[in-house]
Amino acid sequence: MSHARTSRLIDDLRERIAHLEGGSTRKAAVLPFGVPDIDDRLPGGGLVCGAIHEVAGGGSGTVDGAAAALFAAGIAARSKGKVLWCLTRPDLFAPSVSQAGLHPDRVVYCEGDKDEDVLASMEEGLSFGGFAAVVGELVRLPMTASRRLHLAAEKTGTMGLVVRRWRRQTEASDYGNPTASTTRWRVSVLPSEPLPVAGVGRARWLAELMRVKAGECAEFEIGATDAKGRICLLPVSADRPDTSSWRGSRAS
Amino acid sequence: MPADQPLVVISRSGTKRWVSAADTAARKVGLRIGMSASKAQAVIAGLTMMDADPVADAAALERLALWALRQYSPVVAVDGTDGIVMDTEGADHLRGGEEMMITGLVNMLRGRGLTGRAAVADTWGAAHAIARLTTAETTVVPIGGVANAVVGLPIHCLRLPPDTIQRLHVLGVETVGELSAMPRAPLTLRFGPEPGRRLDQLFGRVAEPIEPLRTPDLVVVSKNFQEPIGAAETIEKYVRRLVGQLTAELEQRGLGVRRSDLVIHRVDNTRQCLRAGLAKPVRDPARLSKLLCDRIEKIDPGFGIERLDLVAVMTEVLEERQVASSLIEEDVVDITPVIDVLANRGQRLYRLSPVASDVPERSVMRIAPTAPETGADWAVKWPRPSRLFAHPERIEVTALLPDQPPAVFTWRGKRRRVKRADGPERIFGEWWQRPREMQAVRDYFVVEDEQGERYWVYRAGDGVDLETGSHLWFIHGVFG
Repeated sequence: MSHARTSRLIDDLRERIAHLEGGSTRKAAVLPFGVPDIDDRLPGGGLVCGAIHEVAGGGSGTVDGAAAALFAAGIAARSKGKVLWCLTRPDLFAPSVSQAGLHPDRVVYCEGDKDEDVLASMEEGLSFGGFAAVVGELVRLPMTASRRLHLAAEKTGTMGLVVRRWRRQTEASDYGNPTASTTRWRVSVLPSEPLPVAGVGRARWLAELMRVKAGECAEFEIGATDAKGRICLLPVSADRPDTSSWRGSRAS
Repeated sequence: MPADQPLVVISRSGTKRWVSAADTAARKVGLRIGMSASKAQAVIAGLTMMDADPVADAAALERLALWALRQYSPVVAVDGTDGIVMDTEGADHLRGGEEMMITGLVNMLRGRGLTGRAAVADTWGAAHAIARLTTAETTVVPIGGVANAVVGLPIHCLRLPPDTIQRLHVLGVETVGELSAMPRAPLTLRFGPEPGRRLDQLFGRVAEPIEPLRTPDLVVVSKNFQEPIGAAETIEKYVRRLVGQLTAELEQRGLGVRRSDLVIHRVDNTRQCLRAGLAKPVRDPARLSKLLCDRIEKIDPGFGIERLDLVAVMTEVLEERQVASSLIEEDVVDITPVIDVLANRGQRLYRLSPVASDVPERSVMRIAPTAPETGADWAVKWPRPSRLFAHPERIEVTALLPDQPPAVFTWRGKRRRVKRADGPERIFGEWWQRPREMQAVRDYFVVEDEQGERYWVYRAGDGVDLETGSHLWFIHGVFG
């Protein structure tokens, strides 16, 4: 249904570009979400393994990054092998990571003092090649740094996940600046699934695919990660919550 | 032998026998070091006496110094017959600072039944004197405070020969301050250069390098340079060469290195050290040289480097093993190489492991990244927030007591109306941890506001009895 899939001309051009890039002999491994509607929007049918993917929260999630971290944990949980999680602020609550399907034995945390430490640790972890995924919580991700991470990831085929979280909500406009990441997501919270009784149901997120290389932007309303790190697609509701208050802060 | 019975150690020289060491019980009854043995026997009937064994003492001290070399600092040496000297510059922060380091050291010795006194000072001489002559168990002399700290100390702390001390006493010189105030020329004329040199070393006017302890079972390789080297590439080339020699030597002995030091001798007689630690014994030259070459930019070559020493201070037996064939079983990736690289850069690496506790902040424990996999997971099936605040924050709440969730709460100046809520999940205090928690209760609620943001809030107390808590509300975490 996607335009790119139907057009033979574009496929042909893509092949030629891939040939020029040199990596065409090896078919890039992908990690699908297991949700066809989302996977169709991603070139290759899922998140490319040897690449960098950025996730940030929306609204107050830009500061706490709670949903973004769980989204990243869910992706890491569905990969196979150990995960390196680099951070500077150790406020991640491990039981919730385990509830997103990432067993505590699989995660090695690397706590540094500065953002630069996280970048260096991520690069080291990505170029090591033995990790299934390397997650880093970062405030700033300059173009040069992201390119270095991307090159390290490309060489080994390890997936790099960058959880962006800022000190203040207004600083989140930084998310508009270009980086070398292959996909860029914004995950913001939606009201939870209604239950027939009083209580809080399964959490729901609005996952915006803000940028994807060789693909088109999209928005999905998804159910939060379950105990195996999977997400599910929700029927799009007619009465969407009003999110214009923080959308205005986004840089064009 | 009961501990309260006095015990002394007797040294002998010719026919003279005297007390060279006395334990606490012996000192309490009036025995002093330097007393003649017959006098000590006269003071206490049936005194337990042991002959001194200086050779065994020296060997024990060397073992202790070797342990300190592995644990504390790359430059450790035996100081006299009764002490150890360490160059802890750049090593103290690993133990939480100088004060923490020496307190920990003294406590560790006490745990092994040894009494120790430790001092940190700018110079070897000052630390030597203060550790032996002050009553405090640990002393840290601030930088530049050596002069003040040592003026009042008696001169026998100066590491001078006993007859020099004797002759200085005849002159009426008692303290370091008095000796340093004397004119240097007549002093040198009468006693030789030694008192002046020791004074200068004490105040840091001349350098006194510590020659690190080396025993035959430490694997040491070194390289002398006829022309001093300084370029990073040259250093790297020789470090790699030394690592090759070291690993070849280790292979002959069937050992793997756990901790190794690169000691850099500069032409101006100063020394620098790089220490590389490894999580598992390793004999792979590439891994070891990566750890050392990673930090070449930390080396300041000054006017040039004339000698490089590479020492395997901590080694363990490493046997060759057959690697599992990937045809049959899946190969487990060994992540220790990257753990070593990151840990040697000063990053804190850990895994989080479950603890059987309902109190959220106590339910997580940091364990070593290379600890064996336990397979244990948190047993809670209730949702837990993905961000937990280190310190719960006060919120203003409107809620029905005793067990209704908040209707409205104000956090960080923003008022939020609660649309959905779940709870309470009651968590009791752990009286075995702190007696004050005997009655303590927290009631946790999951609340969701109009925007769909989900928070973990709790009320201290059960809502009825003020004994159980203050009934104030706190926010403890944010859900994703």
